[in-house]
Amino acid sequence: MTEMTSAAEQGLCSCHVCNLVSRLEQGSGQANCPRCGASLHYRKPGSVARCWALLISAYILYIPANLLTMMETGSLLKYRKDTIISGVVELWRTGSWGIAVVVFIASVTIPLLKLISLTLLLVSVQRRSLWRPRQRTRLYRLVELVGRWSMLDIYVVALLAALVQLGNMATVKAGPAALAFGAVVVLTMFASMQFDPRLIWDPIQKEST
Amino acid sequence: MEHHSAQLIACHDCDLLQREIPLKKGCAASCRRCGAVLYRNATDSIDRTLAYTLAAAVLFVIANLFPIFAIEVQEAGSEINLFGAVQSLWDKQMHSVSLLVFLTTILIPALELITMTYLLLPLKFRHIPAGSYILLGMLKIVKPWGMIEVLMLGVLVSLVKLTSSFKVIPGIALWSFGALTLLLAAAAATFSARDIWERMDSRADKEVSA
Repeated sequence: MTEMTSAAEQGLCSCHVCNLVSRLEQGSGQANCPRCGASLHYRKPGSVARCWALLISAYILYIPANLLTMMETGSLLKYRKDTIISGVVELWRTGSWGIAVVVFIASVTIPLLKLISLTLLLVSVQRRSLWRPRQRTRLYRLVELVGRWSMLDIYVVALLAALVQLGNMATVKAGPAALAFGAVVVLTMFASMQFDPRLIWDPIQKEST
Repeated sequence: MEHHSAQLIACHDCDLLQREIPLKKGCAASCRRCGAVLYRNATDSIDRTLAYTLAAAVLFVIANLFPIFAIEVQEAGSEINLFGAVQSLWDKQMHSVSLLVFLTTILIPALELITMTYLLLPLKFRHIPAGSYILLGMLKIVKPWGMIEVLMLGVLVSLVKLTSSFKVIPGIALWSFGALTLLLAAAAATFSARDIWERMDSRADKEVSA
């Protein structure tokens, strides 16, 4: 066994459910983990293709998510329609700076970060890049960690729309962007789950042996 | 059994093959090449996770039964609980968004709490509950979709937004969600799937030899 060897090179495979390392028999077709019975694969099957498909769908839905109305607010005195961005601007203008920053990070920065990072990771993996694998792995971990937080705006709209139902006095309605934005969050979460970070290391493994 | 004697571990992020080493309590082993945390020696993992999970389950019920907050303006007012929000979205033809909120904040957290209790309670008394292999796999799949902590932040943001135009009265569920968030974080920190697999392995081996 050399200093740095991957499990796949040794014909070993770690179970994605229980992490047990076991030998994958060649040509036996479907293999199952001897401990928990989950199906075994060296790498997530179809990782790159599935991740691209989900990511492209997310890119497409990202456009209506930002252009359409997220929330309609109406009262006796005023009526306004807010997109995600204009909602953040309104918060900032009315002096809720802290909340404006939180919402900006969760609904603008994180979705963009996810889309761009996953694109970068996919392109670099397909080009079998040797560039900074450790940083790219770290980027992937970051995407996995922060991805869920973009759901924030959906919850805010859901709570406000359900609560503020006071007829003429004040009403809040959820707009069509809520659906598009929710879909972006779900799609990018699925995309990052489909991505296999071990693919980042495979070309480096080849290089060193 | 070949796969037990080897004690090899492959990094889940870079697939580097490494040998497991014993750890001191509270320490974690990370991958030599990419730095991913491979496993940790969590103190009394099963007992502590069970305790946090049971406490979280109680708070989860309370958080869902009571209103999160209420608003008042002049004569009019209204209050809301989590399921009420889901229902109201459904009634306004926002079915997918309603479903998304229901799944991520009610159904999946509830399933997670039930599954954890079902797995950990018998394991504490050294029994292996039926279907535990499938349930552990399922738990791993649904885990990213339970989003109570994000909901908690959403509740706080809504609260600030509301205070500008209404008198807001915080409800019991608001505090429960706060405490629930902390307990779930504690349970996630002490939970170690590796400890559960090890305990199940040792039980299974004993049952084979007996």
